[in-house]
Amino acid sequence: MAQKDTLTGAEILLKALVDQGVEVLFGYPGGAVLPIYDELFKQNRLRHVLVRHEQAAVHAAEGYARSTGKVGCVLVTSGPGATNTITGLADALCDSIPVVCLTGQVPTHLIGNDAFQEADITGITRPCTKHNYLVKDTNQLARTVHEAFHVARSGRPGPVVIDLPKDVTQGPGEYQPPSRVKPKYKPQVKGDIRAIEQAVEIIANAKRPVFYVGGGVVNSGPAACQLLTQFVRMTGFPITLTLMGLGAFPASDPLFLGMLGMHGTYEANLAMHGCDVMINIGARFDDRVTGRLNAFAPESTKIHIDIDPSSINKNVAVDLSIVGDAAHVLEDLIKVWKARQCRADERALKAWWSRIEEWRAQDCLHYESSNKVIKPQYAIQRLYQLTRDRNPYICTEVGQHQMWAAQHFRFDRPNHWMTSGGLGTMGYGLPAAMGVQVAHPEALVIDIAGESSIQMNIQEMATLCQYRLPVKVFILNNQYMGMVRQWQELIHGGRYSESHMDSHPDFVKLADAFGAVGLRATKPGEVDDVIKEMLAVDRPVIVDMRTDASENCFPMIMPGMAHNEMVLGPEDRAMEKPGSEDDGMVLV
Amino acid sequence: MIKAVEEINRHTIAVLVDNEAGVLARVIGLFSGRGYNIESLTVAEVDPRNSLSRITIVTSGTRMIIEQIKNQLRRLVPVHKVSDLTLEGPQVSRELALVKVAGGGDKRVEALRIADVFRARAVDTTNESFVFEVVGATEKVDAFIKLMEPLGLVEVSRTGVAAIARGSNPL
Ligand SMILES: Cc1cc2nc3c(=O)[nH]c(=O)nc-3n(C[C@H](O)[C@H](O)[C@H](O)COP(=O)(O)OP(=O)(O)OC[C@H]3O[C@@H](n4cnc5c(N)ncnc54)[C@H](O)[C@@H]3O)c2cc1C
Ligand SMILES: Cc1ncc(C[n+]2csc(CCOP(=O)(O)OP(=O)(O)O)c2C)c(N)n1
Ligand SMILES: [Mg+2]
Repeated sequence: MAQKDTLTGAEILLKALVDQGVEVLFGYPGGAVLPIYDELFKQNRLRHVLVRHEQAAVHAAEGYARSTGKVGCVLVTSGPGATNTITGLADALCDSIPVVCLTGQVPTHLIGNDAFQEADITGITRPCTKHNYLVKDTNQLARTVHEAFHVARSGRPGPVVIDLPKDVTQGPGEYQPPSRVKPKYKPQVKGDIRAIEQAVEIIANAKRPVFYVGGGVVNSGPAACQLLTQFVRMTGFPITLTLMGLGAFPASDPLFLGMLGMHGTYEANLAMHGCDVMINIGARFDDRVTGRLNAFAPESTKIHIDIDPSSINKNVAVDLSIVGDAAHVLEDLIKVWKARQCRADERALKAWWSRIEEWRAQDCLHYESSNKVIKPQYAIQRLYQLTRDRNPYICTEVGQHQMWAAQHFRFDRPNHWMTSGGLGTMGYGLPAAMGVQVAHPEALVIDIAGESSIQMNIQEMATLCQYRLPVKVFILNNQYMGMVRQWQELIHGGRYSESHMDSHPDFVKLADAFGAVGLRATKPGEVDDVIKEMLAVDRPVIVDMRTDASENCFPMIMPGMAHNEMVLGPEDRAMEKPGSEDDGMVLV
Repeated sequence: MIKAVEEINRHTIAVLVDNEAGVLARVIGLFSGRGYNIESLTVAEVDPRNSLSRITIVTSGTRMIIEQIKNQLRRLVPVHKVSDLTLEGPQVSRELALVKVAGGGDKRVEALRIADVFRARAVDTTNESFVFEVVGATEKVDAFIKLMEPLGLVEVSRTGVAAIARGSNPL
C-alpha cells in the first residue's frame, strides 16, 4: 500500500490523465491493466467507454480528437489487447491525429520471458507511432504521461503509446504535476519571416495562382482555418482542399473549387495543372493528389508551408518552403500582405477565373439521375440537404461511398469531417462516429458507410446502444466492394475477382438485434422519408440504402495519369489508356 | 523518374541522441522502413553526464533523399541534433579494423612489410598468424584488407566510421 506522499502507479496514472485534461478513455480491460481498472472503479472524474474491440477504441479516440482538437485516449491490456490497436495507431499516424494509447504489459521481471500475454509492444508499434515509451519505474510514470501528451499534440500530431508493466501500475511512486516537467520536444511553430516576405512577393505577382490546402490547417485549429479563409478572400485566389482538408475553408464560398486529386473536381485539378503559383498549406503532396509526378503542375512556382520539415521536398521539390504552424505563418502572411498593401494582379486573375469558370461549367460531379434505382450521389445529396441546418459531424468508411461523401457533402467548418485518408482503413467510420458522439452528445453524427466496410467494426453497434450514443449509420449498400469493383471494371478487364459478397446480413434485422433501429430504402422515392425518419429517432440507427450496384465514382485520374488527363465519366475515351502504376497512384 | 537521373552521393551524418532504450532501433527502423541504405553505423555514449550518445551514419542517396534522411532523423523525439558532416566542410573520418592473417614463409614476411607501410600494428602474433590493427579512413582500411587477401586473410572485424568536423566548433 502507498505511504503518505506516495501513490500507487495506477493512482498516479489517473491523476496525470486528469491533469492532462482527459475526460474520457476508450478501452477494454484485461489482466495486465486490472490495477488501473480497479482505480477507475473508485473514481468518477474519468469516464470510460467500453468498446467491443480494441481497434475501435483507437478509431473512437481519433474521432474524439479530430472533432474536438484534443488528444484522444485509449486504454487496453497487454498482448492481444495491445496488438489489436495496431491498425488504429497506423491510421492515426498517417492522418496526423493526436492519440495517447496506454497498453498494459507483463511485470518488468517477466519482460522477455515469453510470459502469458506478453508482446513486444514498443517494438511492434515503433513504426506506427510518433513515439512510444516503456515505463520501468513508477516514479517516472507521471513525467512520461505528461511528455507523451505533449508529443502527441505538438508539432505534427500523432499517436503515442505508453507501455505499462503491471508492477509499475501497482507499485508506489511519487506524482509530478505537468508544471514540473520540461518538455524536450520543441517543434518550430513560427515561420522564418524572410521566407514569409518572399512568399508574399511571389503571391502578389501571381497570374494563375491556386491555394492547395490540406489537413495540416485543420490540425492547426479553428483559428488557422479562420486566418486561411481571411487570407484567401483577401487575395481572391481560387482554393482547393485535399480529402483531409475539407472544412478548412467554407465549401459554400465561390472561391472554393472542390476537392482535388484522384476523385477531385475537374476545375480543381485543371487549376492545379495550369497554375503558375501554387501555395500549399499543410498538405503533403500525397500520390492520390499529385498524379504522375513528372506532369504535376509543370509551370508552377511552388510554396510549401508545413510544420514537419520532412514533408517538404519529399515527393515534390518546391521553390520556397516555410517550416512552421499554419496559424502562425498565416498570421504573418496576412500582416506582411497588409503592411505592404499588396494587391493581386486583377487583370491576370480575371482571365484565370474565366478559364476556371469554363472548367466549372463542365459540371463534373453530374451523374445520370434515375427514378428506378437510388443513385448513391443522390442519396448523399439528399442527406446533405436534409441535415445541413443541423451542422452534422460526418464520418466515413473507405470506398466509393467515402469519395461520394467527399464530393457531394459540403463542409463550411473544420472538424466536422472524419475520414481515413492516409491508411484508408475500412472499419474506421463507425467507431470514429462513436468517439465524435461521446465528445458531442447533442450533435447529429452520421457514419456514411459501405455495406462491406461497416462489417469490419459492426460490433460497435452494441457500444452505441450501451451508452445511448445515437449515431446514424448511413449505408450505401451497392452489394459490392464498390471501389474494388470499379478498378476491376476499369483496369482489370471486368474480372470481378472476389469483390462481391454473396451473403450480407439483413441490416434492418441486424440493427434490431443490437437494440438499434433499422430502416431501408430501395427506391428513390423513399430516400427522403427514410432520412427524415432516421433523424427523428433519438437512438442509434442503421439505414440500408439500396443503391445502384454498377455506379462508378467519377471524375477519376487513372493510375499513372496527370491532372489534365482525368476521366470525367463512363463515356470518356481517356479511360482506355491507364498509365504505368509505377509513377503514380496504385492501390485501392 | 526525375530521381533516376539525379546523382547519388555518399554522406556522413552525425546524430546526437538521448542514450535510452530503443533509440538505435528507432534509427535503424527508420532506415529499413523507408528504404534508405546504411553503409556504416557506429554508436557510443559520448556525454555520460547528459546521457547523450553519438551515432555516425554513412549513407548514400540523391540530394532529395539525403535531405529526407536528415529531416526524418530530426523527427525522432530522442534526437537532439543531426549534422551532415559531408556538407558542413572538412571532416576527419576514421575507422579501425582488426585483420587476421594466417600462413607462413614469404607471405608472412610480406604481410608484415605491408602492415608497416600502413602503420598497422600486430596486436596478436602466433607462429602461423597475425592480428593487425589498422586505423584510417575507410579507403585506407579497404586497401589494407585487399592487400592482405592473397597473403592469407582469414577474418576481419571493423568498427565502422567515426567522424568529426575539423576546426574548433562542436556539433
Ligand atoms: C479511397 C481513397 C481515395 C482517396 N482519394 C483522394 C483524392 O481524390 N483527393 C485527396 O485529396 N485525397 C484522397 N485520398 C486521401 C489521400 O490518401 C491522403 O490521405 C490525403 O490526400 C492527404 O491529405 P493532406 O495532404 O491534406 O495531408 P494530411 O495527411 O492531412 O497531412 C497533413 C500535413 O500537414 C502538416 N501539418 C500538420 N499539422 C500542421 C500544422 N499545425 N501547421 C502546418 N502544417 C501542419 C503535416 O506535417 C502534413 O504534411 C483518398 C483516400 C482514400 C482512402
Ligand atoms: C481494412 C481494409 N481492407 C481492404 C481495403 C481495400 N478496399 C478499399 S475500398 C474496398 C471496398 C469497400 O467496399 P464498401 O465498404 O462496400 O464500399 P463501396 O466502395 O462499395 O462504397 C476495399 C476492399 C481497405 N481499404 N481496408
Ligand atoms: Mg459497397
